[in-house]
Parts: sequence; C-alpha cells; structure tokens
Amino acid sequence: MSAAQVKWIRAALLCVGVVFIVIGLATGEAGIVLDKAIHICLECIGIG
Amino acid sequence: MNVRKHNRIRRIIQIASAAVLNGYAAGFAGGRIFTGAGKAFCVPVLNCYACPGALGSCPIGSMQTVLGGSRHRFSFYVLGLLMVFGIALGRLWCGFVCPFGLIQDLLGMIPARRIKIAPKVDKPLRYLKYAVLLILVVLLPLLAKNQYGIADAWFCKYICPAGTLEGGIPLMLADRQLRSLAGALFSWKMLILIVVLIGAVLIPRFFCRYLCPLGALYGLFNRYSFYQLNLDQSCCTGCNTCTQVCPMAVEIPKAGDKLVQISSTECIRCGRCKAACPAGAIRVKGLRNEALYRN
Repeated sequence: MSAAQVKWIRAALLCVGVVFIVIGLATGEAGIVLDKAIHICLECIGIG
Repeated sequence: MNVRKHNRIRRIIQIASAAVLNGYAAGFAGGRIFTGAGKAFCVPVLNCYACPGALGSCPIGSMQTVLGGSRHRFSFYVLGLLMVFGIALGRLWCGFVCPFGLIQDLLGMIPARRIKIAPKVDKPLRYLKYAVLLILVVLLPLLAKNQYGIADAWFCKYICPAGTLEGGIPLMLADRQLRSLAGALFSWKMLILIVVLIGAVLIPRFFCRYLCPLGALYGLFNRYSFYQLNLDQSCCTGCNTCTQVCPMAVEIPKAGDKLVQISSTECIRCGRCKAACPAGAIRVKGLRNEALYRN
C-alpha cells in the first residue's frame, strides 16, 4: 500500500467519522447517551 | 530515553488521565454518579459511566445503549467519535490513557512468574476480542430485543470487569441498598473481574490482549492513524530487545535495510520498544516517508 493510499484512506475515515458524529448529534443519539450515563447503570455494576 | 524514565513518564500520564476522566470526587465520597451534560460525550477509553468519579461516558456502553434501544439501528455518534479517536492516535489510547490499562500495568509490576503463551494458542485467542466486539457489543444489542424493543447491554452486563471494578465495587461499598440487591449476576461479574486481574498479573495486559472490544476497534486504525511508530531497519541490529520488552508481545520486523511501519493491530503504542532500543532504530513519525510503504 502506498503512502498516498494510506493518506487517502486516513482522510476518508476521518471525514466519515466527522459526518457520523454530525448525523448522530442531529438524530439525538447524544441525548440517549446522556440519559443512560446520568443514571446508575445497573447492568454495568452487576445488578440489573 | 531509557526505559525507566519512559515508564515513569507514561505512568504519570496514565495516572493523570485516570484522575481527569474520574475527577468527580464528590461521587466517591457520597456514593453517587456525576449527572452533568459532559456525560453526553464519550471518552476515548473503557471507563465505566457508573464509576462515581466518571465525567464522561464509556463508548462501549454507549454503543450498546444506542443499538439496544428502540430508536436507532446504527450508532452514528459513538462510532463517529471512535473513528476520529482511532484515526488520531490508534491504540495509543490503550497505552497511555485507559484507566483499566493502568490497573493492568500496575498489576503486572507484582513480582510473579509470567506465563508465556505459545503462539499457536496466543494468536487465535487474540481474535476473541473481535468476537466480543461483534457479538456482545453489536449483534446481541441489535438483535436480541425484548417485547418493548429494548436489548441488554450484553458486554457491560456479563463481561466488563472495568464496570465491576470502577462502578460496582465503589457504589456497593457506599450504598447499603445497592448491596442488598447484589445476587448471582454480581457474583458472576466479580468472578470475571478476579480472573482478569489475576490474568493481568500473569500475562501483561491480559484483558487488552484477549477481551477488550475497544482495543479491537482501535487496533484496526493503527495502520492509518496520524501517530505512527516506525522501525529504521538500516539501524536495527536484530538484538530482539523490542520484542522482549513489548507487553503485547508484538513481533517487530527485524534487520533489513528498509524503514517499516509498526502497524500491528496489537500494538498499544506504549513506546517501551522505542525507549529500550539500544540502536535508536524505533522512532515516532508521521506517514510522510514513501520508503515506509515499499516493502
């Protein structure tokens, strides 16, 4: 794999990542994450 | 830089990272968790959001929550964050920032006879973490839903030792009511935790090697991340010191005349090989040098 190919893949993955974050924020995923995280996660601690 | 100095600096960074990620001291004192808006953000490492000190969310727990809910079939937000983190530094997060990695490193300092796993056993076992990622973190939360369209966070519920250690134990110690609810599941999770902690004493980074789904995901980005470790084979004497000091037992390419990228998915970028190399053949570099890709 050439350096140019690696650079392109890296740039593409970075762009896809940023786009995913924007889509996730727009569809309210951050709110779901927040809602889960501010309550004690019973399954995480071995109860739920 | 010698290995001792490097290890000391890395340890300071690891401790500082663990303290910053779990900086809500009032949570430890009062047996409660942080409920600020910062928890909408996923931290780049396996750090349980049920830890009383946690200021951010665990990305693996968050991914299971989103996939296991009724509203989304794909976790754009969490995966997007993990892609950006992975492209930036690859598994350097594991080597320098992860609090559970720090705990394993500290356990690895206990004087004990280390177990050397034969490659024919070790290699297939390393694929276990990809199975954990695919099955427990993605497929089961996505497919095994109840009548309300909600699924369990399978990895958190049945495996995650970080959750038991960072969340379960401190909260149970502080809250008698929670203690009274502990049953078979808690006993199971304690068993997993004990196995992982003993494993970390006997095999360096036991959990990172074989079980961590986040490490599995970041490993896929090691080849493409901005942060790279390269070996200048023209300087390499083939002494094998790099492989001997590697906590993840990564096979590093030996003497030749090329400059090669150390892009193993197992490399946690801890830099011990770089610090230990007597010839200074391992360097941190970007991806600019064309010679890297000619082999």
